[in-house]
Amino acid sequence: MEKDKVELVAIGGSAGSLEALLEILPALKPDFPVPLVLVLHRKSTTDTILTNLLQSRSSFRVREIEEKEPLRPGTLHIVPPDYHVLIEEDRTFSLDDSEKVNYSRPSIDVVFQSAAKVYQSGLVCVLLSGANADGTEGFRQVQELGGTTIAQSPESAEVGYMPGQAIAANTAGKIMNNKEIIAYLNAITR
Amino acid sequence: MERSISNEELELLLNDVLEVHGYDFTDYSRASIHRRVNRLLMLDSFPSFAELRFRVRNDAAYLKRFVEEITVNVTEMFRDPDAYRAIKELVFPQLFSKPFIRVWHAGCSTGEEVYSMAILLHEAGLLHKSLIYATDINPEVLERARAGIFPLSQMKQYSENYIAAGGTEDFSSYYTARYDKVIFNENLRKRMVFATHNLVSDSSFNEFQLILCRNVMIYFDKNLQNNVLHLFDASLEKLGYLALGAKETIKFSGIIPKYKQLEKHKIWRKIK
Ligand SMILES: C[S@@+](CC[C@H](N)C(=O)[O-])C[C@H]1O[C@@H](n2cnc3c(N)ncnc32)[C@H](O)[C@@H]1O
Repeated sequence: MEKDKVELVAIGGSAGSLEALLEILPALKPDFPVPLVLVLHRKSTTDTILTNLLQSRSSFRVREIEEKEPLRPGTLHIVPPDYHVLIEEDRTFSLDDSEKVNYSRPSIDVVFQSAAKVYQSGLVCVLLSGANADGTEGFRQVQELGGTTIAQSPESAEVGYMPGQAIAANTAGKIMNNKEIIAYLNAITR
Repeated sequence: MERSISNEELELLLNDVLEVHGYDFTDYSRASIHRRVNRLLMLDSFPSFAELRFRVRNDAAYLKRFVEEITVNVTEMFRDPDAYRAIKELVFPQLFSKPFIRVWHAGCSTGEEVYSMAILLHEAGLLHKSLIYATDINPEVLERARAGIFPLSQMKQYSENYIAAGGTEDFSSYYTARYDKVIFNENLRKRMVFATHNLVSDSSFNEFQLILCRNVMIYFDKNLQNNVLHLFDASLEKLGYLALGAKETIKFSGIIPKYKQLEKHKIWRKIK
């Protein structure tokens, strides 16, 4: 079954996605078997508030990404504000402060595309609430390389536009509400 | 991104650039340089990889563009104000007694960082005995840095950064506005030396009390980062300081035992 070889979960969110994360993350297994990467559009401050908030609600480790840090199972790696994040073949992170993509840095597309190249069919991407079209192109590449794409159902999202864009472009393989997303992610095994 | 080249094609291209032109990008972060090359392929509408390769091999003017576009030149004044505040509060007090202060900005891009440092040194009463070396691989950005002319539209943001960094004067007293540009004061520029320097292939050229290399090594792979950190180590006097970008670390390099981090800041002091 496809779930048997999942090696990375990447989650992208924008406006209104914090609510979803605060429901999803606390419900995930504490010994989550693969690394998680979270890319959120947010104000470009070097605050640690988000990391601390999510850490207080999660039972696994939550860390803001540093240059060349390795991806670790059971860790939620948060993309820092004002940088794009790329994943190298040796499964470490590289930061990049090049042009914004979809008016955003970090951009969800950049993370999804880069993760897809390295993890191919071992990648699961989740696109949450937002008012922007980021993530749709990333989804396209994830699908082309055999990965799984899940859009939060627009009716259940705070702001349905972003997952709705991916659905309209036919790049969302699955459409789920938060409960279904939780069940799907918790079924991932090593 | 529509068009893209394979890993093998990237390899060929980077080898050409090295063999034909002497620029070594082979140890840059693969994920990042791959993206940059794909972007260029699209920007300049090359129908295929072969055309791009031919152009890079045979057209010296195009190579100049290649270097300019492959590297990322994003920068701003007082970027990460907290880092400047830390330099002002924790590093400057250790420099007061020095007869002469040498600072190196490696990968200074268009120079916003260099003018920021000059302003802080000025306010600490240290600028008159300081010399700031500002280097980059890309001669085009150095030209702009040397001119000290920046868009007026950015001054509001820079002024906020300046205040957050602990600046004490009226920021607008450091420049003269003309139309939509500003030019920074000559007395700041007098203490700066601009030169091309390639961190991959050029060696150490002086001994410094403070080296800043921010958001440059993020484009390098781990080995190259390690080599460059050794180059900095060889260019720092004992008890000198090394400042990196907000998300960078020396943790994965061989120089770490000789350095002590200043609290949580991305500043390390050479203690051995
Ligand atoms: C993103 S900018 C950083 C500017 C500034 N230090 C800052 O943090 O705002 C990166 C700079 O590194 C320069 N660079 C890239 N490779 C280099 C090399 N091998 N040697 C010297 N400079 C290099 C680029 O030309 C570019 O200007």
